[in-house]
Amino acid sequence: MPRKGETARKTEDVGIDMDGEVESGSEVDTKPRGRGNRGQGAGRRGRKAESEEAEDDEDEEEEAPRNKRAPNRRKAGKKAQDTEEESEDAPPKRRRGGNNNKKKGAKDTEDESEEDTKGKGRNKKGAAATDKKGAAAADKKGKGKGKDKDDDKKKKKGKGSSSDSKTSSEEESMSEGEMERLKEEVVEKKTLIATLRSKPWRMKRRLAVLREAQVFVDKFEGALGKGKGKKWYAFKVMMMKKWIKFSRDFDNFKTACIPWERKIKEVESHFGSSVASYFIFLRWMYGLNLVLFALTFGLVVIPEMLMGLPYGSIPRKTVPRDDQPTAMDYSVLMDFNGYCKYSALFYGYYNDQRTVGPLKFRLPLSYLLVGIGTFGYSLMVVIRTMAKNADVGGGDDADSEFTFSWKMFTSWDYLIGNPETADNKFASVTTSFKESIVDEQENQKDENIHLRRFLRVLANFMIFCTLGGSGYLIFFVVKRSQEFAHMDDLGWYEKNEVEIIMSLLGLVCPPLFETIAELEDNHPRIALKWQLGRIFALFLGNLYTFLFALFDEVNNKLEDEMNIKNNSIWFLKEYHANFSLYNNDSEATAPPIPPADAIRGPCWETSVGVEFVKLTVSDIQVTYLTILIGDFLRAFIVRFLNYCWCWDLEAGFPSYGEFDISGNVLGLVFNQGMIWMGAFYAPGLVGINVLRLLSSMYYQCWAVMCCNVPHARVFKASKSNNFYMGLLLLILFMSLLPVVYTIMTLPPSFDCGPFSGKEKMFYVIMETIEMDLPAFIGTLFGYVANPGLIIPAVLLMVLAIYYLNAVSEAYMHANNELKKKMQMARDEDKNRRNNTNSTNQVQKDLEDLLPGRSWEPPPPPEDNTEKGGRAARVKPGAAGDVKVQKDLSLASANPNARGPVTSEPARRGQGSLPAKPRGAPKQ
Amino acid sequence: MGNKQTIFTPQQLDAYQDCTFFTRKEILRLYQRYRDLAPQLVPLDYTSKPDVKLPYQLIGSMPELKDNPFRQRIAEVFSEDGEGNMTLDDFLDMFSVLSEMAPRDLKAYYAFKIYDFNNDDFICKSDLENTLTKLTRSELTEDEVRMVSEKVLDEADLDNDGRLSLEDFQHMIVRAPDFLSTFHIRI
Repeated sequence: MPRKGETARKTEDVGIDMDGEVESGSEVDTKPRGRGNRGQGAGRRGRKAESEEAEDDEDEEEEAPRNKRAPNRRKAGKKAQDTEEESEDAPPKRRRGGNNNKKKGAKDTEDESEEDTKGKGRNKKGAAATDKKGAAAADKKGKGKGKDKDDDKKKKKGKGSSSDSKTSSEEESMSEGEMERLKEEVVEKKTLIATLRSKPWRMKRRLAVLREAQVFVDKFEGALGKGKGKKWYAFKVMMMKKWIKFSRDFDNFKTACIPWERKIKEVESHFGSSVASYFIFLRWMYGLNLVLFALTFGLVVIPEMLMGLPYGSIPRKTVPRDDQPTAMDYSVLMDFNGYCKYSALFYGYYNDQRTVGPLKFRLPLSYLLVGIGTFGYSLMVVIRTMAKNADVGGGDDADSEFTFSWKMFTSWDYLIGNPETADNKFASVTTSFKESIVDEQENQKDENIHLRRFLRVLANFMIFCTLGGSGYLIFFVVKRSQEFAHMDDLGWYEKNEVEIIMSLLGLVCPPLFETIAELEDNHPRIALKWQLGRIFALFLGNLYTFLFALFDEVNNKLEDEMNIKNNSIWFLKEYHANFSLYNNDSEATAPPIPPADAIRGPCWETSVGVEFVKLTVSDIQVTYLTILIGDFLRAFIVRFLNYCWCWDLEAGFPSYGEFDISGNVLGLVFNQGMIWMGAFYAPGLVGINVLRLLSSMYYQCWAVMCCNVPHARVFKASKSNNFYMGLLLLILFMSLLPVVYTIMTLPPSFDCGPFSGKEKMFYVIMETIEMDLPAFIGTLFGYVANPGLIIPAVLLMVLAIYYLNAVSEAYMHANNELKKKMQMARDEDKNRRNNTNSTNQVQKDLEDLLPGRSWEPPPPPEDNTEKGGRAARVKPGAAGDVKVQKDLSLASANPNARGPVTSEPARRGQGSLPAKPRGAPKQ
Repeated sequence: MGNKQTIFTPQQLDAYQDCTFFTRKEILRLYQRYRDLAPQLVPLDYTSKPDVKLPYQLIGSMPELKDNPFRQRIAEVFSEDGEGNMTLDDFLDMFSVLSEMAPRDLKAYYAFKIYDFNNDDFICKSDLENTLTKLTRSELTEDEVRMVSEKVLDEADLDNDGRLSLEDFQHMIVRAPDFLSTFHIRI
């Protein structure tokens, strides 16, 4: 392999004369074939002949008369074989050596037989040189080998065709082996066509090979199989072609369907791949949410709107009479009260009818299943994506091995097509190199570890305090808001206190953390992870405090509900009694109470849903406003005030904003957590989120292109990708908990929502099992739900997890061992090579000193200095008498100077090898 | 697109599709790009395979290549004459290799060629230093450059001959996490 290029070049040169000769052979040989075809052309062979003729008809015209003059040429199939192989050679070659061709045409016919045998011999030799295995392996081995392979192929092909022509002239049968070989050949050619584009050849050569292969395939594809089989084969081939075309088109279509590809590419070309990774993540999120949206709306919201009872028919679908005057006010709607609260957006609107509409759609069941399915689907997708990422990423630990090489060869982003970004990239590449150098130098050095430890503990303590403080603040605020809820005449601040405080905390704390993290003095990549983890902890803590406060409220409401439920029953009885009393007619049924007047419970599910929706909406507002003020306004001021300011605003203090990847990704993740949690109580939330993601795609794309500058320091996107996914998975799990808790333990409200009237929400499944499914399934479920079965199953799962974990650990261990071994082997090899180098050199030099050797002029000294010891070893006889003394001294000096043989293998000497031979001659 | 037929024959288009990673449309678009570089030089009819070469100055001024520190090398590697003057075939070849669809091995092969500045089929120390200077716009000191290239050799040179063979290079580059994502040009 390493020599590949050289051989390639050599054979290329050789190839040219080879072509000439081969071609000459081909010229001559087409004749007998042509004659044979004409004379006995029938059936299959005739068809072949046609195609052949089409190729070289211009030769044929010349050759036709000559054919008669050489009747003895075609003695055996062997010759025909040659014919074939040469004729296959002909089309591409002819183009290359056009003038050769003409000369040939003018040549005497007497030469032909000679030419023929010569060509044959030559080809045979070529084919014998590379056996079939060689040909198969040759694919990768560049031009030189490829050439051989072609020859080889032609040879084989020739055989196949020879049998072909023979059989056609003598009898219509072909032996199995030959058929097989031909088939194999065709398949091989086809794979060649399929993989042609990934061969490192020049286009011209590729085109030539392609044409040749195509001609071959066309010719022999039909020849395979007989009678009906032949047609079937042709049909199959045709369908195959169609299928390839179709899949090609379909792939094009699929890539065309991916949205925002251009936008993201544009961002990518300006800001590099790390910023683009955020947008790709956003798009991924959008896709996920679209599926959730389709589930919720398709199976819950739309059936309810189409087939459920209309608005105003029952109390839960009607705004209470007290609220009606203000129900349409903008401020009320913005708080998701009034008409919003009594719409299909929220849990409370749904009726508890078992089935709705003529389709008998089981809405409550569907509601529950969609709620669970949302989580199931998200879990599946997240985990699958993580697994795929892990697969692609390979081992992270490998990056210590090739730090500098990767930096050198992969750090330039070929996508960059913008001078400013290119400047930044140059700068960042330089800094990253410098950093690596510094890292490398500082690896050994360690400083005051106690101070650092103390600082880190201090920093963590401070961050812990901040987290606790923020948690307490939220708890306090939520508690206070419950008090506020009982009061009237509240200001705007009091109403929105919770949301404001939470958003403010989200704004203030991350920079605070960043400042504190300065104390720690970690490596930037590690620092970033810590930072992300801390912000995440903050968000999660806040969210959970919020949730606990909310559940506190829910419990209060549940108590209220009991009273109200009793009251409402009492009220109903009283109403009926009054009615009969008033009308003095005990038979008459009372007219139903208008739904707006009915007494209703607090419906805690809806209020939880409203809280989540409000939180989401305020989050959207804060995010968008931050972008507008923090990025756009800042960029605007910096850009236009710069003309009349005392210092350079663009380069100095405010400058332009950078795109905050980690913050944005975290915001997205956190927002998704709220959606997952809230979607059960407010099915409309998913719709809102889809709108949010859609708009933020355009908005943020605009913002980043318009008012941000590329990062001064770019961190890799590919690495942190799975980290983000891990955060997503964590928050998915965290948001799963409260929802499952409510489904399994809390009693649903008695007068609103699809589960009203049931003790627990999941009873709807029991009900379905009992009433809709055959009895034996019910008993089956009974068995499955039996603790006697569940506990062993859980145990089994735990055991399986334990086992798999142990296995994976063992593999990892083995992997590490292997890696260590490889490293050791490499180092050993290195050392041994160095040694053999020297001993060899001594020996060589000694040999050179022996009498009877031909003394050659000494090689130029650069040779020795540049290529090192190896070059010296390669040319043993080259060392002249002038050099001998020097080389001897070099050889004897080496073992002393070289430590690595005994030094531990893990530490690699600083380029000990290249340095050694270079230094030696100078001595 | 009535002129589609006049630029290439359908056979030519099919052949190009088989030989590159492009679709028919992309090939035509690339032809347009190629032609836009020098409308007076490139004929509108490619069915007769005219022998047209665009000089490196034109190729290197494409926005996709303009800011690339290795643009000259890229053009040299992909051009048939080795001096950066490109025929349409070379042009297609270049963007096919640099396209998203091209497999890792092919990309690695050409990356090796690109970084092999002196065309000796090995990436030796001078090549590494050359690469580094181009990559950092000679911001590093000589010592740093030497140290980095020594480190690179130390890391990636498996057979210890003091230079990187294609094998070494491939072994190193296929493990790089972002080689595929950075070594391509969208056009």
